[in-house]
Amino acid sequence: MKIAIIDYGMGNLFSVQNACIHTDLEPVVTSNKKKILGSDGVILPGVGAFGRAMSNLKALDLIDPIKQFIKSGNPFMGICLGMQLLFSESEEFGDNRGLGIIDGTVRKFPQKNFEKKRIKIPQIGWNRIFKTAQKSNALVLNNIRDGELMYFVHSYYVDLFEIDSTLTTTRYEDVSYCSSLLKDNIFATQFHPEKSAKAGIRVYRNWAQIIKKCN
Amino acid sequence: MLQDKTCWWMVDGVCGKYYMNNTRIIPRLDVKGPNLVKGIHLEGLRVLGKPEQFAEYYYEHGADELMLVDVVASLYGRNNLQDIITRTAKKIFIPLTVSGGIRTLDDIKKTLRAGADKVSLNTAAINQPGLIQKASREFGTSTIVVTIEAIRQASGQYLAYTDNGREHTGIDVLEWAKKVEDLGAGEIVITSVDREGTGSGFDIELIQMVTDEVTVPVIAHGGAGNLDHIHKIIKIGKADAVLIASMLHYGSFKEINKANEYKKEGNIEFLKSGSFFSKINNAEIQTIKNFLHKKNILCRHDIFHEDND
Repeated sequence: MKIAIIDYGMGNLFSVQNACIHTDLEPVVTSNKKKILGSDGVILPGVGAFGRAMSNLKALDLIDPIKQFIKSGNPFMGICLGMQLLFSESEEFGDNRGLGIIDGTVRKFPQKNFEKKRIKIPQIGWNRIFKTAQKSNALVLNNIRDGELMYFVHSYYVDLFEIDSTLTTTRYEDVSYCSSLLKDNIFATQFHPEKSAKAGIRVYRNWAQIIKKCN
Repeated sequence: MLQDKTCWWMVDGVCGKYYMNNTRIIPRLDVKGPNLVKGIHLEGLRVLGKPEQFAEYYYEHGADELMLVDVVASLYGRNNLQDIITRTAKKIFIPLTVSGGIRTLDDIKKTLRAGADKVSLNTAAINQPGLIQKASREFGTSTIVVTIEAIRQASGQYLAYTDNGREHTGIDVLEWAKKVEDLGAGEIVITSVDREGTGSGFDIELIQMVTDEVTVPVIAHGGAGNLDHIHKIIKIGKADAVLIASMLHYGSFKEINKANEYKKEGNIEFLKSGSFFSKINNAEIQTIKNFLHKKNILCRHDIFHEDND
């Protein structure tokens, strides 16, 4: 199963590639349009600023290939910033328009909680994901316990307008937010499954199974 | 779901009314050449085994993250850990931070490419603060950790030192921590140079001083000798994570090296000899986490029932 991991200059490519290799996927780190479109599955990773990511994607002419691949119906996984980029827009400074594939906005965690105490930003560490009722049988989360701990590192979270696409929710301080979504062939996580130990690797294995089924 | 008290992870009702973050337990591995080493007071560096083996052992036994420190680079200004980083990163699926002698954007790039998820800057950051800003813009805030080595002065003030606590800078730790956050660091490691390796407990005053003022997560480092120390630095010091070396390595040493050439009774006895070590209680990560859980400190303690991936 050939997987294209999109290289747009931002992202923990090594870890994502490593997790793919470990789960018998054949990853290729690339920014080549043909390779991306010709893959069985595509991963859009991402670490860093939304605005910069969008300009890098523009400069590398990757926006259309991404949209095209998603339209093809083949499995697509977005991770962390890669999930946020799918959205219509972000609260970050500058031209903050995203790919517009998922209806919603990207927001920053508030500086204080309800008790007026400053909260730590970015959220860095392990937090629990809870499955939504409508998607509790999703194959991509097979053998993942409800309330499983995954590794998060982010200052922004997604606010979905199309709430039916929510796969899991997570709570950080007073904010309950969508920590992963599933919409047709699009699977996206705010957490890093490649950094979430065995539970995270199980997510990659499940995704690999889905790709096998599609082919 | 969050209200359901019968959830498997709420067994002791720890997740009650108040929101708490999971505190991270992070083993620190000091590397010299191909070896994992530990500084022995007055004796220099002692070889304990291969870093990749310890890394894998800790990953399998509950480490939330790992930190690799190139101790030679810190001395000589280079980071040469590429191969070890890659070998280590391939086997562990938790975040890996690399520290020691990272001085330029190119160093950071190479280190990340080799498999690190985060890099820690210390000396280079104090010498050119602009590096923090450039690095966080280039690689993302969360990728850049800054380590501050603190030595308590006679006046009670804490000053930052570089080059493994050797070079005086005259910079106030709290001022520097706040500046580092402004410049874009995603996390700060506060090392008590006074306490490091002594097993006499973390410097709670130092850590609390910083956690009270900065918004980014703070990792406490230096002084862990027993379970109570770890509990206190989280409960009172408000540390978001704890970086530990001595408490973990000496105990793990036996387990990891059972089949290895390094297993020599002489080495182990030497490590345990001397009153210097009597304060350090060996503990497994599981023991630490179970203890914290009993004390109502949230941490990732329930993973030990996991099947293989």
